[in-house]
Amino acid sequence: SQPLASLYGGRHTVTFMPGDGVGPELMGHIKEVFRFAGAPVDFEEIDFSSNNSTDADMDNAMLAIKRNGIAIKGNRETNFDTPGFKSRNVQLRTELDLFANVLWCKSIDGVKTRHDNIDIIIIRENTEGEYKNLEHENVSGVVESLKIITADASRRIAKYAFDFATKHGRKKVTAIHKANIMKLGDGLFLKCCKEVSELYPDIQYDSMIVDNCSMQLVSKPQQFDVMVMPNLYGNIISNIGAGLVGGPGVVPGMNVGTDYAVFESGCRNTGKHIAGKNIANPTGMLLAGVDLLVYLGLEQHAGLIQDSVINTISQKEYQTPDLGGQATSTEVVQAIIDDIKFKTQERYKKSHS
Amino acid sequence: AVSCRCYSGGRRTVTLIPGDGIGPEISASVQQIFEATKVPIDWDPIDVTPVRGPDGMFNIPQKALDVIHKHKIGLKGPLATPIGKGHRSLNLALRKEFTLYANVRPCKSIEGYKTPYDNVDLVTIRENTEGEYSGIEHVIVDGVVQSIKLITEEASRRVAKFAFDYARANGRNTVTAVHKANIMRMSDGLFLKCCREEAAEHRDIKFNESYLDTVCLNMVQDPTQFDVLVMPNLYGDILSDLCAGLIGGLGVTPSGNIGEGAALFESVHGSAPDIAGEDKANPTALLLSAVMMLRHMEMFREADIIERACFDTIAEGRAVTGDLGGKAKCSEFTNEICSKIAEQV
Ligand SMILES: Nc1ncnc2c1ncn2[C@@H]1O[C@H](COP(=O)(O)OP(=O)(O)OP(=O)(O)O)[C@@H](O)[C@H]1O
Ligand SMILES: Nc1ncnc2c1ncn2[C@@H]1O[C@H](COP(=O)(O)OP(=O)(O)OP(=O)(O)O)[C@@H](O)[C@H]1O
Ligand SMILES: [Mg+2]
Ligand SMILES: [Mg+2]
Repeated sequence: SQPLASLYGGRHTVTFMPGDGVGPELMGHIKEVFRFAGAPVDFEEIDFSSNNSTDADMDNAMLAIKRNGIAIKGNRETNFDTPGFKSRNVQLRTELDLFANVLWCKSIDGVKTRHDNIDIIIIRENTEGEYKNLEHENVSGVVESLKIITADASRRIAKYAFDFATKHGRKKVTAIHKANIMKLGDGLFLKCCKEVSELYPDIQYDSMIVDNCSMQLVSKPQQFDVMVMPNLYGNIISNIGAGLVGGPGVVPGMNVGTDYAVFESGCRNTGKHIAGKNIANPTGMLLAGVDLLVYLGLEQHAGLIQDSVINTISQKEYQTPDLGGQATSTEVVQAIIDDIKFKTQERYKKSHS
Repeated sequence: AVSCRCYSGGRRTVTLIPGDGIGPEISASVQQIFEATKVPIDWDPIDVTPVRGPDGMFNIPQKALDVIHKHKIGLKGPLATPIGKGHRSLNLALRKEFTLYANVRPCKSIEGYKTPYDNVDLVTIRENTEGEYSGIEHVIVDGVVQSIKLITEEASRRVAKFAFDYARANGRNTVTAVHKANIMRMSDGLFLKCCREEAAEHRDIKFNESYLDTVCLNMVQDPTQFDVLVMPNLYGDILSDLCAGLIGGLGVTPSGNIGEGAALFESVHGSAPDIAGEDKANPTALLLSAVMMLRHMEMFREADIIERACFDTIAEGRAVTGDLGGKAKCSEFTNEICSKIAEQV
């Protein structure tokens, strides 16, 4: 059958970077689903995988994102054991100044997990902290690693979190920190969050120490709403959060800056052991695609795809092995496409009867 | 490491720091249970309430430190650290004095205390002397702070070696090193290198290495896949609390601090001033810490008896304290454990 034609005018061009591991297959699913949903998006494909490792390749990828302003990507593997190692993923986020990483961990009906009714938004500072790559060996066997916290970046992420909460009708923002130990560094982060919170009297503000927070997350995760935190804690909390709602296969993520946005799976997994086996869960990546459509203002297409994805993955027969099911990725994607086709035809019939 | 071997027939003296708040009640409970079990241990209780030194700072009294130095092993209740009252954290002071380099926390599901996670049986081992807790921070310019994480080969190797030795001594199969060397290549890289080298020296124990984020993810999805985990300070702080959460929280989680100068076992919960003196506190965490201590001293038989009686009492649910959803007093819970033990001793 033919995909439906675009319902709206102008088409958007988005940089499309398959990456490593399960990246290429999952990204392939996005293309297909977008096509059937009639999303007016054209993809410009750039190979941002570990096969393309030169600085020129990197420049090329950066240029493409800057040109289109928006990208969707599979994760790129980082092999830290090789000399001259650089995390290109980190480099990409830093160079584009994608200061906010946003993860939406929401329980999906029908996906069996240990906790229900979770709906947490994790907002992570994405450019500094422990990820500054400032390390040195003073004397042999003694390494110092610097964590940088700035007032500017802290205020900026805090403001992003409160704006996000406001825009999405959320009630509470919780800042996560370890200011009892890192009194100056995390202390500064906390102070900035507090100051920004005062500009948003309608949003409740509180804070929590990161170790207690990780314990609370596995005991009473429903208490959390929007959370904001420095870089490394974000890495930890996002993975706990994702684990609570079904794992890396179901959670989407986005990286946003002032000028650019890059969408990817929430936990930034490569999944190299399951690559090519047709068992990767396409949900998280497809939901990242949904976020991309929302970002472009294509709410209708986004809603259509989101409904079909959630509707499909809620059914046991369309769950991949990571969710305890037996479906293949392509079966899931096909079911999603069928659901989309069904809905669009209904809509078409309605508007023409 | 300290040698705490207890040869048959020999009695040992153990330092007891009852602590603040509910500390005295739960310490008394442990003592009562030890007596019922006829554990060959004599307690030497000490008061660590800070005294003002010649430098004007408040510190743990030298006499107390001397006692710990003498016995080399201790059991400690919670110490309240009043904020901003001019003395340093007592826990920190003890850690420094005795170079307590490894914090060990076994997390084992408690039958009868239902959480969403069953059959958890793992141990977190946290490097306790350096890392992000070096306390070195600078304001570079206004609004820019640099915090230094310090990783040394010596401390990394020491804790890595301890993890493998612990696994061996406690009949465990696998040690997983938790790191973030893909981002912190040099510092976590050094930690990982030490773990790999110790793994090569302990071929009877299986070795895994895993990213911190992957461990967090897998931990909440299926904690039963883990055995012994070893990691730098901050990761250990976070993961050990996360794991405690899996089995029901700090009220039931024991811990041990292993050092070069001594070994100190403690409950990790706070002093619970809100219920202090009301005979309501749950002594389980301190009791299980004392059980860890017994195993450290190779008193395996006594350790097993006490642990079994404690778990059975909780599983039956008749005489458990408020935090476990029961109505019993601390003393009733204690008596129930003692009467179970009396049947066996
Ligand atoms: N889309 C997905 N669907 C199902 N499982 C996934 C998906 N993405 C990642 N995983 C799983 O999550 C875990 C963590 O993946 P990650 O990419 O961090 O590690 P990796 O080193 O690539 O793992 P592996 O090589 O074992 O797959 C792995 O078990 C991986 O198989
Ligand atoms: N052993 C225990 N048995 C029962 N309840 C406990 C126990 N330990 C802690 N609690 C409860 O857990 C809560 C937190 O206690 P905690 O002592 O950590 O408070 P805190 O203010 O952090 O104290 P501190 O300043 O000593 O750390 C309190 O409500 C307390 O009653
Ligand atoms: Mg802690
Ligand atoms: Mg406390």
